[in-house]
Amino acid sequence: MTTAAARATARLGLGISLVALAGLAAVYVLALVYTPVEARQGMAQKIFYLHVPAAWSALISFSLVGITSALYLWLHDPRLDRFAAASAEVGVAFSAIMLTTGPIWAKPIWGTWWTWDARLTLTLFLFFLFIGYLALRASLHDPSERARFSAVVGILGMLLVPFIHLSVYLFRTLHPQPVVLKPSAPSLPPEMLRTLLISTAVFTLLYVGLVTLRYGLGMAQDARDETSDA
Amino acid sequence: MPDALRLALAIAGKDIRAELRSRTALLSAVVFAALVLVVFNFARDPTAISATDLAPSVLWVTFALAAMVALNRAFTIEREHGALDGLLLAPVPRGALFGGKLLANLAFVGTVEAVTLPLFVLFFNVDLTAALPGIIGVTALATIGFVSVGTIFSAMAVRTRFAELMLPVLLLPFMVPPLIGAVQVTSRLLAGRPLSEMLGWLRLLALYDIVFVTLCTMAFSAVVDE
Amino acid sequence: MPSRDGEPLLAARGLRRSFGRLRVLHDIDLSLAPGEVLAVAGPNGAGKSTLLRILAGLMRPTAGEVRVLGQPLTGDAARVRRAIGLLSHQSLLYDDLTLAENLAFVARLYGLARPAEAARAALDAAGLAGRADESPRRLSRGLLQRAAIARALLHGPRVLLLDEPFTALDAVSADRLRAMLEARRAEALGLVVVTHHLAEVWDVATRVAVMVEGRWVCDEPRAGPLERFLPRYREWIGA
Repeated sequence: MTTAAARATARLGLGISLVALAGLAAVYVLALVYTPVEARQGMAQKIFYLHVPAAWSALISFSLVGITSALYLWLHDPRLDRFAAASAEVGVAFSAIMLTTGPIWAKPIWGTWWTWDARLTLTLFLFFLFIGYLALRASLHDPSERARFSAVVGILGMLLVPFIHLSVYLFRTLHPQPVVLKPSAPSLPPEMLRTLLISTAVFTLLYVGLVTLRYGLGMAQDARDETSDA
Repeated sequence: MPDALRLALAIAGKDIRAELRSRTALLSAVVFAALVLVVFNFARDPTAISATDLAPSVLWVTFALAAMVALNRAFTIEREHGALDGLLLAPVPRGALFGGKLLANLAFVGTVEAVTLPLFVLFFNVDLTAALPGIIGVTALATIGFVSVGTIFSAMAVRTRFAELMLPVLLLPFMVPPLIGAVQVTSRLLAGRPLSEMLGWLRLLALYDIVFVTLCTMAFSAVVDE
Repeated sequence: MPSRDGEPLLAARGLRRSFGRLRVLHDIDLSLAPGEVLAVAGPNGAGKSTLLRILAGLMRPTAGEVRVLGQPLTGDAARVRRAIGLLSHQSLLYDDLTLAENLAFVARLYGLARPAEAARAALDAAGLAGRADESPRRLSRGLLQRAAIARALLHGPRVLLLDEPFTALDAVSADRLRAMLEARRAEALGLVVVTHHLAEVWDVATRVAVMVEGRWVCDEPRAGPLERFLPRYREWIGA
């Protein structure tokens, strides 16, 4: 594994990310101009096309952190650890996006900045789990120890997610929220569904691009550490 | 007695004996819990919110914070003079090592909770008599859950420079489901609600315990073995 | 624990260890017979302590295997761990327990019958009977090492690994340590002594090996005085 390979990977990632960002701009236009305005929520509803895919990407990021962590503890392949770290960094960014866009949407609709709805709550927890994971990685300097410890946190975190879901579900069935409007309407008209799916595809592409970029940077970092230690 | 259990009890016994000898960590945790209760008392307006409405949350936040303070002790003592190596050299299954530390932590946190509960009754003038067996039960269930995750995380945290900071950052998300469950059950117990209203939460707590005690026992080797 | 004649007490083959991409040990082989005292020397950072930790079963090699009495040293509950004792530069003792309690605990870890008696007997043999009810924190370096040795030998290991045992020892304690090594050798234990100070261990050693940058540059019987060995040693370590 050379610095050249690292640079090539990072460039590939950057390329994909730029394409995805262009796609994101296109989604913006699509959502604002070409998609019908929702009757009850008005223009503010359109943040839904960003909000939902971002939350979804955060969940995918974390699940992949969990899965590659489990694989790492089994196979001890450092590439799995590098991937997990890259996925965590991208995931924390997506969570942060979701946690800032969520309140922006919530305020005009429900009159409050924050609600404890299932998706926001879950993303908040993912955010904290990511932060814990990254903080632990930052404070460990032996690569093998760092990989092992973060793998354990990754696996435990992945298994916490269903319990968070369950807690929120139990809480809500016993304390029905006064909110009438649900963030995701059960049946969407075809144009809205199309925009949502395109947006999800763009976010997935952005995830792939950013993780590839971060992975390439990780390769470069490891290559540099190796030469400086030897 | 199966070897693993015998070893876990020997390790727990060693921790408890050592802690009873020095008592510093235990006293600190108890004093901390008492202070938290005092702060809560002064922080609320007694005429605005009744004690019984606030009581479960206050109790559980206190338990959670006191547990956080107490948890790092288990592995900090193993860092002195390289004692952890001594445990790893011996033919001790790593799961038994985890079990021993978990039992010791449970004894420790349980003691802090047992001392905090009467203080809580005293400061907040809450009548626990009818609900007491239930409160003890739900306390045990919830405590097992977050202490098991706390035990494995503290084994990791003590290897970083800021263990006291790292443990809460890692552990707090994991404390939320047991805490929510415990508060919900405690508040219903205090209100004398029927058991049927608590079953969902109790099942959540029990499932959490089973999943995480098992997982942490299995994952412990990845933390202590190089 | 039985061992067949001719079977090495400790055998390592093809040991490699990496930290991330940094390779610390390159294909290390080692064999230790009963009654052998192997002195392992070399410059700082050569990998000697890493090797010792792997031989003790405290660290997993990236490749290769360690066998003790013919059994692989894998799995944390391997009974073969009973055959290994380690004298680290830390005492591995708990300050909040007395010496007797410390050793009784170790006896329990190794599944010895009657742990308290085994502990007292070991402390008697180490000349520490009078300090049995004291905390390790009250002991001088020399006495603390005696306690650590008692701890290491409590379960009757066949292999004793020592990591820089002569560090910061006064002359009397060093003599006592050498006598202990000689006594163990006479009992047909196998000893591996990692050291910086070849002079301290030269007379007791039966074999000497030098590690430089994770590789053996020498592994031969200890023959002749240290003065004759030193010039070659200095050349290897690049002094």
